[in-house]
Amino acid sequence: MQASHIDEPVEQDMIVRNTRRPAWALLGERALETLIYLCGISAIIFVLGIFFFVFKEAFPILGNPKFSLHQFLFSDQWYPTSEVNKRYGVLAMIAGTFSVTALAMAIAVPFGLGAAIYVSEFCEGKTKETLKIVIELLAAIPSVVWGFVGLTVLSRLIVRWTGAPVGVNILNGGIILALMSVPIIVSISEDALKAVPDSYREAALALGATRWQEIRHVLLPAARTGLLAAVLLGVGRAVGETMAVLMATGHAIHIPHSVLDSVRTLTANIAAELGEAPAHSAHYQVLFLTGVLLFAMTFMVNLAAHCIVHGFKRK
Amino acid sequence: MRYQIDPKLQTVAALLGCVCLLQSGCGGGGKPGIQTKGSDTMVNLAQAWAEEYKKVSPDVSVEVSGGGSGVGIAALIKGTIDIANASRNMKPEEVAEAKKNTGKEPKEFVVGYDGLAIYVNKSNPLNEVTLDQIAQMYAEGGTITKWSQLGVKIPGNPSDDIVLVSRQSSSGTYEFLREHVLGNKDFRLGSRDMNGSKEVVELVASTPTAIGYSGMGYATPGVKMLKVKKTPGEPAFEPNVANTLNKSYPIARSLLVYTLGEPAGAVKTYIDWILSDAGQKVVEASGYVPLPAPARAKP
Repeated sequence: MQASHIDEPVEQDMIVRNTRRPAWALLGERALETLIYLCGISAIIFVLGIFFFVFKEAFPILGNPKFSLHQFLFSDQWYPTSEVNKRYGVLAMIAGTFSVTALAMAIAVPFGLGAAIYVSEFCEGKTKETLKIVIELLAAIPSVVWGFVGLTVLSRLIVRWTGAPVGVNILNGGIILALMSVPIIVSISEDALKAVPDSYREAALALGATRWQEIRHVLLPAARTGLLAAVLLGVGRAVGETMAVLMATGHAIHIPHSVLDSVRTLTANIAAELGEAPAHSAHYQVLFLTGVLLFAMTFMVNLAAHCIVHGFKRK
Repeated sequence: MRYQIDPKLQTVAALLGCVCLLQSGCGGGGKPGIQTKGSDTMVNLAQAWAEEYKKVSPDVSVEVSGGGSGVGIAALIKGTIDIANASRNMKPEEVAEAKKNTGKEPKEFVVGYDGLAIYVNKSNPLNEVTLDQIAQMYAEGGTITKWSQLGVKIPGNPSDDIVLVSRQSSSGTYEFLREHVLGNKDFRLGSRDMNGSKEVVELVASTPTAIGYSGMGYATPGVKMLKVKKTPGEPAFEPNVANTLNKSYPIARSLLVYTLGEPAGAVKTYIDWILSDAGQKVVEASGYVPLPAPARAKP
C-alpha cells in the first residue's frame, strides 16, 4: 500500500499543474491537434477534390451530340484533331494499357515475391543489407531514365534477339515497367513477411515441415494481406506510369496481336495530348473522360483485391 | 579602414536579396524575361537564338520550351507566354479564340524556312518518292504498306513491312504533312507517334525498315533524306537551302513566330534581332533556310 501513498501526491500535483497551464499553451495544444487532424484527413480531401475536378471537366462531353459513349469504349479509331471526321475511340489504348500492365506483372510478381522471400527468410547479415540498399536504389531511378533505357538500350537488344522490326513495343514497355515495380513489390512484401511472428515459423519447423512447406503453407497465407497490398501497389505503379511507357511502347494506336507489337497506353495518350488540347474543347473533355476511365479501372482492381482478402478471412 | 556591418542589417539585406530573386523568377523583377514556347521543329533553333542573344544583350533572359506548335499556340491563346514558335499557320478559330481571350490580335512573323524532309534508314536503297507515294503510305486507307511496292528490298532484313514513324497530334509538322501531302485526310492508325523531331530521326536510324518525317535540320549520319517530286514525270529535288528558297522542293514551309498584338519593348527588340542578319545566321547554322536578304530587318 506504500505505492498508493507515493502515487497520490504525484497525481494531485499533475492535476494542479494542468490547471495552472497558461491559456496560450492550451490554445497551442488545441491548434496542434486540429493541424494533425487536418493532416490526417487531407488524403481524403485531396482524393475527393481530384475526383470532383476530373469529373467536372469530363462531364460536359457526355451531353455532346457528336460524342457516343459506345464509340469511346468499343472503337479503336482515335482521331481527336481530324479535319474531316473526329472520332474518339480508346479501345486500342485500353488494350495497350492492359497488355503492358499484364506483361509487367507476369514478370514482376514472381520476381518480386521471390526476392522478398529470399531477403526476408534466407538472407542474413551483409548480403541482406546490401540487397536492401540496392533494391531501394532501383526504386529511386526516375521514370524518364527508365524510358530512355527502353528507347535506346533495350529496343536494340529486342531487335537483335527477336528479329522484330521495331524495338519499342509491349515487350519493351513490360520489361521496363516490371523493373520499376519490382522494388516496390519487394520492399512491401518483405515488410509483410517480417511481420509474421517467429512463433509461426518455429511451430511449422517443429511439426517437421520443410522450408518450402513452411513458406508455402504458413508464411505466405499468414502474410497474404500485405503481399496483396504489395502486388496492388506494383500494379498501380504500372498502370499509372506515363513517361517510361510513352518512350518504350512506341506510342502507336494499334490493337496488339503479339508482344512485339507497338501500343499506346491511356496514360501516355493523356500526357502527350493534354498540352495542346484547347481548354474545354471536346478533345480536352474526352481526355479527362479517359482519366475517369483510369480512375474506374484502378478502383475496380482495388475493390476486387479487397473482396479477395475479405473472402479469405471469412474462411 | 574597414567598417563593421550590423548583423541585423545583414539579415535585412539577405531578405531583400531573396525577394528580388523571387521577383525576377516570376518575370516581374529588374531583369526582363521573354517566354517562348511551341514547335519541336524550332526548339533547337529557338534555343540557339536565346543563347546567341545572351551575348548581344546579357540583361534579357529568353526562356525556351517545346511541346509542339499546338502547345505553343494554346499557351499564347491563354496569354501565358510572349512568343509562340510555330511550324504551321494559326487557324482562323485559334486567332478568334486568342482575340476573345486576350483582346489582342495575334501577329505573325516569318523567321525562316524549312524543307520537311522524308527520312529513311541509311541502309535503305530508296532514293526518291513522289508526294502521292508519301500520302499512300501515311493516309488512312492508303495502299502502300510494303517496301516491295516501292520497288526496294532492305538489305539484310527479312521484313518487307514499312514501319511508319509519325508525330503526336500537337506537332505542327504532323498538321503540315496532313494538310499539304495527305490533303487533310487522316493519318493511318498504327504509326509510331514520337514526341519530338529528334526522336523520329533516332527511331528511323535504329530501324532499317522505318520511314519518318521531320525538319531538315535534324539529319544525322544514321539516316538518309529522300528526294521528293510532285508527280512521277517531274524531276526529284533534295531538301536543301537553294531548293527550299526557290520552292522547287515541294514540301517546304515557313517557320513562324507569333506575338499577341504588335510586339513592344524587349519582345520587339528580340524579334527585330531575329529578323536581322545576326539572327538569320543562327537559322542557317541550325540547318534551316534563312530569309533572303531583302526580307531581313535593317539594323
